[in-house]
Amino acid sequence: MNAAKPIKVVLAKPGLDGHDQGAKVVARAMMDAGFDVHYTGLRQTPEQVVDAALRVGADVIALSSMAGSHLPFCTRLKPLLEAAGLGDKLWIIGGNLPAQDHDALRALGFKGVFQTGSRLDAICDFIKANRP
Amino acid sequence: MKRERQEFQVRPVRNESGIPIQPVYGSGDVEASGGLQMLGEPGAYPFTRGIHPLMYRKQPFTMRQYTGFGNAADTNRRFKFLIDNGQTGLNVALDLPTQCGIDSDDPMAEGEIGRVGMAVDTLHDFEVAFDGIDLDKITVSLTINGAAAILIAMYLACAEKRGFDLKTLRGTAQNDILKEFIGRGTWVYPVQPSIRLVGDTIEYCAEHAPKYSPVSVCGYHIRESGATPTQEMAWAFCIARAYADEVIKRGVPVDEFAGRLSYNFNIFGNLFEQVAKFRAGRGLWARIMKEQYGATEPGSMWLRMIAGGGGGGLTLEQPENNIVRGAYYALIAALSGAQTMALCCYDEAYTIPSEYAQRISLRTMQMLVEEMGLAETVDPLGGSFYVETLTNQMRAEMERIIEETDAAGGIVKLVAEGTIQSRVSAQAYRMQRAIESGAFPKVGVNRYRSDGDAANKVEMHPYKADDALAQIAALRRVRAERDAATVARALDRVEADARSGANLMPAIVEAVKAYASVGEITLRLVGVFGRYVEPVRFDHRDEELAI
Repeated sequence: MNAAKPIKVVLAKPGLDGHDQGAKVVARAMMDAGFDVHYTGLRQTPEQVVDAALRVGADVIALSSMAGSHLPFCTRLKPLLEAAGLGDKLWIIGGNLPAQDHDALRALGFKGVFQTGSRLDAICDFIKANRP
Repeated sequence: MKRERQEFQVRPVRNESGIPIQPVYGSGDVEASGGLQMLGEPGAYPFTRGIHPLMYRKQPFTMRQYTGFGNAADTNRRFKFLIDNGQTGLNVALDLPTQCGIDSDDPMAEGEIGRVGMAVDTLHDFEVAFDGIDLDKITVSLTINGAAAILIAMYLACAEKRGFDLKTLRGTAQNDILKEFIGRGTWVYPVQPSIRLVGDTIEYCAEHAPKYSPVSVCGYHIRESGATPTQEMAWAFCIARAYADEVIKRGVPVDEFAGRLSYNFNIFGNLFEQVAKFRAGRGLWARIMKEQYGATEPGSMWLRMIAGGGGGGLTLEQPENNIVRGAYYALIAALSGAQTMALCCYDEAYTIPSEYAQRISLRTMQMLVEEMGLAETVDPLGGSFYVETLTNQMRAEMERIIEETDAAGGIVKLVAEGTIQSRVSAQAYRMQRAIESGAFPKVGVNRYRSDGDAANKVEMHPYKADDALAQIAALRRVRAERDAATVARALDRVEADARSGANLMPAIVEAVKAYASVGEITLRLVGVFGRYVEPVRFDHRDEELAI
C-alpha cells in the first residue's frame, strides 16, 4: 500500500432522492481528510455508479441515500459491481437507513453502514482502516 | 475563603444570521437600528406587523400537514383522517418518480413508487386521491416542482371535471424550480426553460384560476441546504423577482399576478431570530414590490406564507424531543403571523409519519388557537425593544445579501453556475462540524445524550412493494382505455408549443384531460428543452464564505 497515494472515493447519490446536503457535507469531510473525492451528483443509476467507479479507479464506492430506496438500489448494484471487477473495493453507504435494514445492507457487501447522525471523522476513519 | 469581586464578563453571542445579540435592549437600540419607520399598522403598508388588520382574530392560520404515500387510494384515506381531525388544508406529498416526471413503469422508478409520497401517473390518480373531498372548501397544496406545470394542469382538470368553478378555486403549487437546483433536487429541464414553465403557469392561472397560487417560493429548502435565516429569505426574494420578471416581460401587469405569489419558510433555531426574520421580510417584500415593481394593489405587496416544518432542527436522537421542538416552531409561526402552518412530525427522521404522529402535530397547532390565546391579538411581540431592533437589523442584512447577489450577476446566474449551492454546502459543513464539536448546542445530540433507546419509540411506515405493481397495472389500464389518437394529437401540440414559445399550459391541460401521463408529457418537453446538468462545485471553502 502506498501511503502517499490519496484514497480515491466515488460518492454517489443513488436513485431519484434529491437530498444532497448530507452527501456534500460528507464529501467535504473526505476532502479535508485528504481523500480524492469524485462526487457524482444526483439521480445515479446502478450502471452509472459502476461506470464512475471504473472511470476514476475508485478504492471506495460510497452511496448517500435519504429517501428509503437503499435496499432495492443496492440489490441491483451488487451484481453489477461484482461483474465489473469491483468486488474487492470498499463499499459503504450512509443516510436515512433504518436499523432493521443494516444487516441486509452488510449482507449485500456494504461493509460500512452509517446512519444519519454518524460523526464525519468516524466515516473517514473507517475508510482509512478498511481501504482495500 | 474570601471571594474576590470579579467584573462579570458577558459572553459575546451572535445569532445564525451573524447579528450580535445584546444582553439587554432599550429604546435607544431601536432608534439606532432605524427606529419604527417600517413598523406601520397591521394590514397597512409596509405590513411588518401582518398582512391583515385583524389577522387570526378573523381567521386562524390554516393547518396543512404534508401527507401522501403509496397510491391515490391510500392517500385519500389519510386525507380524510386529517380532515376528520380538524385539518383545514391538504398538503400533498408525491413520490419521487412523479416529482421527477417519470412514469411508474419506467425503469428509473423501480423501488421508488409510492415510497415518499403518492404516485401520480395520470388524471385518473387525482380523481381517486380527491374523491369525496370538497375542493371548494379546502385548499390543496401540491408539493411539485419539476413536473409542476403538468400537476397544476391535472388539478385544474380534476376540479373542472368535478364541476368546481376554476375562478373561485383556491390552492397552491410549490412550483419553485430555482430552489430545486439549490436543494431538494427534483429538477428536470435546464434553468431557462424551467423558468419559462414557471412563467407559463403564473400567466395561465392569472387568467383562468385567479385565486389559485401557482407558485410558493421556498426559502425553506435553501435553509435546509445550509443557508442562514437572512439568506433564506433574501434569496427567496431574489427567486421571486426572477419569476416576476419572467411574467412582466410577457406584458402582464404586476398587479395581475403578484397577489397570488406565495412563500414557504422554515422555522428552526433561535426563536427571536425567526420572529424578526418574518417581520423584517414582510416589510422588505412590500417595499420591493411597491418601489421596484410599481405594484399598487396591497395584495401584490403581501408576503403570504406557509411557515413551520423545521426538518433541519429535528433530531434522530431522542425523537420524542421533536414533539417539543415542533410546539416551539408552531409558536414561532403563530407569533410571526404565518397564513398557513405545517409541522414536521417527531418521527420524520425515521419514517413516513404515522397517523399518531400526524395527530400530535395537528393538536399542537390547534392548542395554540384554542388554548393559548395565539389567535387573539395581532403581532403580540411588536413593540419589544429586542424584537424591533432585531427586525431592523435582519431587514438590513437581507437587503445587503440581495445587493451582493445582484452585484454578482443575479440569482439565476449564481444558481445556474452552482455558486449558491457551493456556498450553502460549505456553510452546512461548517455547521455539522460545530454540532459535532459541541460548539453549536443541540440537546440530545451533543448535550444530554442517552444512546440506545431512540428507534424503538417510532412506528415504521410499511412499504408495500405490491402497491407498486398495482400502480403500474393501473397506468397500463388507463393507457389501454384512453383514446390513442386524442393523446397523440395532444402530445404533438405540447411539443409544438414548446418549440414555438407559446404558453404551454393550454396544451398540457388538453394532454392531461386526454389522460396522457406525467412521463409522456415530460419526455416531449425534454425532447425540446433537454435535461438539466448539475454543476458540481466545492470551491467555497474559506471561513468568510463571500460570494
